[in-house]
Amino acid sequence: MELDFGPAVRDFREELRDWLADHLVGEFAEHRGVGGPTDGAAWEVRLAWDRELSAGGWLGVGWPREYGGRGLGLLEEIVFEYEYARANAPYRATGNALDLLGPMLLKVGADEQKKRFLPPILAVEELWGQGFSEPGAGSDLASVRTRAERDGDEWVVSGQKVWTSFGVHADWLYVLTRTDPDSVRHKGLSMLLLPTDQPGVEIRPIRNLAGQDEFAEVFLSDARTGADMVVGEVGQGWRTAMATLGIERGTTLLPQQLTFEREAESLIELARERGALDDPMLRRRIVDAWISVRVMRTTNLRTLAELTAGRTPGAQATTAKLYASTRHQQLGHLAQELAGPAGQIVGADYGLDTRQRSFLLSLAETIYGGSSEIQRNIIGEQILGLPKEPRP
Amino acid sequence: MDLTFSQEQDELRTVVRSFLAKYSDEAAVRRLAADPRGHDAVVWRRMAGELGLQGLAVPEEYGGSGFGYVELGVVFDEAGRALLCEPYFATVALAAEALLRCADDQARADLLPGIASGATIATLALTEDSGRWDEPGIRLTAHDTPDGWRLTGAKTYVPDGLLADLLLVAARTPGGISLFAVGADAAGLTRTPLPTLDQTRKQARLEFADTPARLIGPEGTAWPVLERTLATASVLLAAEQVGGAAAALDAAVDYARIRVQYGRPIGSFQGIKHKCADMLVEIESARSAAYAGLWALDAGDDTETAVAAALAQAFCSEAFTKVAGDSIQIHGGIGFTWEHPAHLYFKRAKSSEVLLGTPSYHRELLAARLGI
Ligand SMILES: Cc1cc2nc3c(=O)[nH]c(=O)nc-3n(C[C@H](O)[C@H](O)[C@H](O)COP(=O)(O)OP(=O)(O)OC[C@H]3O[C@@H](n4cnc5c(N)ncnc54)[C@H](O)[C@@H]3O)c2cc1C
Repeated sequence: MELDFGPAVRDFREELRDWLADHLVGEFAEHRGVGGPTDGAAWEVRLAWDRELSAGGWLGVGWPREYGGRGLGLLEEIVFEYEYARANAPYRATGNALDLLGPMLLKVGADEQKKRFLPPILAVEELWGQGFSEPGAGSDLASVRTRAERDGDEWVVSGQKVWTSFGVHADWLYVLTRTDPDSVRHKGLSMLLLPTDQPGVEIRPIRNLAGQDEFAEVFLSDARTGADMVVGEVGQGWRTAMATLGIERGTTLLPQQLTFEREAESLIELARERGALDDPMLRRRIVDAWISVRVMRTTNLRTLAELTAGRTPGAQATTAKLYASTRHQQLGHLAQELAGPAGQIVGADYGLDTRQRSFLLSLAETIYGGSSEIQRNIIGEQILGLPKEPRP
Repeated sequence: MDLTFSQEQDELRTVVRSFLAKYSDEAAVRRLAADPRGHDAVVWRRMAGELGLQGLAVPEEYGGSGFGYVELGVVFDEAGRALLCEPYFATVALAAEALLRCADDQARADLLPGIASGATIATLALTEDSGRWDEPGIRLTAHDTPDGWRLTGAKTYVPDGLLADLLLVAARTPGGISLFAVGADAAGLTRTPLPTLDQTRKQARLEFADTPARLIGPEGTAWPVLERTLATASVLLAAEQVGGAAAALDAAVDYARIRVQYGRPIGSFQGIKHKCADMLVEIESARSAAYAGLWALDAGDDTETAVAAALAQAFCSEAFTKVAGDSIQIHGGIGFTWEHPAHLYFKRAKSSEVLLGTPSYHRELLAARLGI
């Protein structure tokens, strides 16, 4: 099934396809399929690729022109993501700012903030990290303890953040802080933009289970940022954060699912080579893996169709993450089984091939962006209307 | 490609849902389940007369209203939700589809208007004692005589076979597989009701002893027609399964909100809440699987339909059974009683699972169609 969004975007798609065919070559082409939220491999190449995209005018397709975007619509953004994933282009190193911070600023940021921060994001001149999670605030994000106090026309920030993707590369962080020391939970939080290049900020890489160090822990001790660096209103940080998480849950699934489809195809190839298609038990699991990715595709298309028709997406928009993350892990287990003992051998310096890397990284998909358990709570409470968790 | 519902489609859903809430409520379902023929002629006429449901996807030239498969899918979704006991699946998803797809203009002109108007209840008789849905499973024979074609043999597990005025019968002839039309009062036809685990969808055994029959389409050309009919019916059955599953979840959620244990509504326990959430994930995924089939049908893409249909049956069958079983579990002891409707959904799920071939069979069909 080909996605067809009608003649309006056909030219756009052609232009993009041509551009990708011309530019996704050489070193860039070698890094096809590389990356993921925690994949630090080939960082320099990925960064160079993002700059190539920027020079071609492909970053911020839907952002207003005054900030360096293309000023096109949701449809073009979707087509971009779809074609991008179809071409198997490397995961974007700037994804965090493009997919999360940028849309958040566009939605609730002050004009000055938009002017100051959006163009360098699109030019790949400044990289960003998301500082939400803390050692004591993961699923329970509202228990954030990092404090921010006003000192003249600056905020002074102290506390600890953790699991910050791209943290070691970040020039700036958007951090959820407690600006009212007497407040509890959702109230009294504020979203601050904080430069990392200062003595009060210390960032240490954390190695993930695939051996890469693309996330980090961040120690803030009297770190400083301007009074005008609050996104949204002081005390309304929770609302700002939730808007970002909504974006995070919505936009990442389409390119992901194309990657999963490719993995399912390669799994069938592998099974064929190994003669596994004749084994009825394996055969069944292989067909089920194929079914899973096809179901993900239709679910995402349903959501996109609703979005582009200006409708509020239905329940499937919320169930999609849980389904995709769970099924992707199953696909990885099956691929490892088909690969047999050879799948257990890694390269020098724990060098992983695409299949091994994707399998190991899939373990994070049921954790980040809200764990599966939290997703089930959300579905149960917000969609099905079941009673809330009792809270002390 | 339009993968979202139009306002008209939403309205159709609302109209059908409120109609079925009135005419296919639990009392009606139980009454018809207990009746060997299991059909309410008044409701059937209203479905045709007031809503035009039998002729919804029948072209206008044959007395229908010429809507697409997405519309038809919406109706099946709602019929599944209400556990509708009318012979709608047999007539519309099987018989009308077979006629629409056969190469026989005369048969279409003769037979479809009766179906579209609700005057004719029809079904497709394909399976035999082996319960197979494939070509080699068809053993009943037909032979040509100076007085026309005659059928000899038996069909079984025929949906609404006792009730149908018109039987479309798949038979083996010297030329291959052929399709025949047989009237309910044909000579040498014996119909026996089969007592079924799922009492909401009736089945019958049909015996033919030199029974006169009308050849539909050229002799020996019926298998591809039947294959396409089964693919379409698989998609429509999948839509019906999604509706049934959604109703089973709704009941479980309603109960989980009000049933209190340990001083809390049970829905506030994660063991229950998470089970409900997983049921919804299953249902939304099944909805995607079924609707992908409907869209492929409306796009007129036979290859894509064949893939989507096998996928939908493999997936939606298991989803409905799983969700209906979980619904009984969430209801606790009350869910295990004859009086509670939970078992009606569970049994419908189990019978639907094998109605057009088992999930394993459809996985194999899918694998074959994908070249796996
Ligand atoms: C690869 C990766 C990248 C990330 N990137 C970032 C980033 O850039 N910025 C950022 O701020 N954060 C990031 N995170 C953090 C991520 O958001 C958290 O890991 C996630 O929200 C879970 O929090 P936690 O790790 O503290 O686990 P916990 O909240 O401690 O959860 C532990 C376990 O308990 C379960 N659990 C917790 N609460 C409940 C409950 N109420 N009911 C039932 N079960 C419960 C969880 O589901 C989980 O299984 C990243 C995480 C990963 C893995």
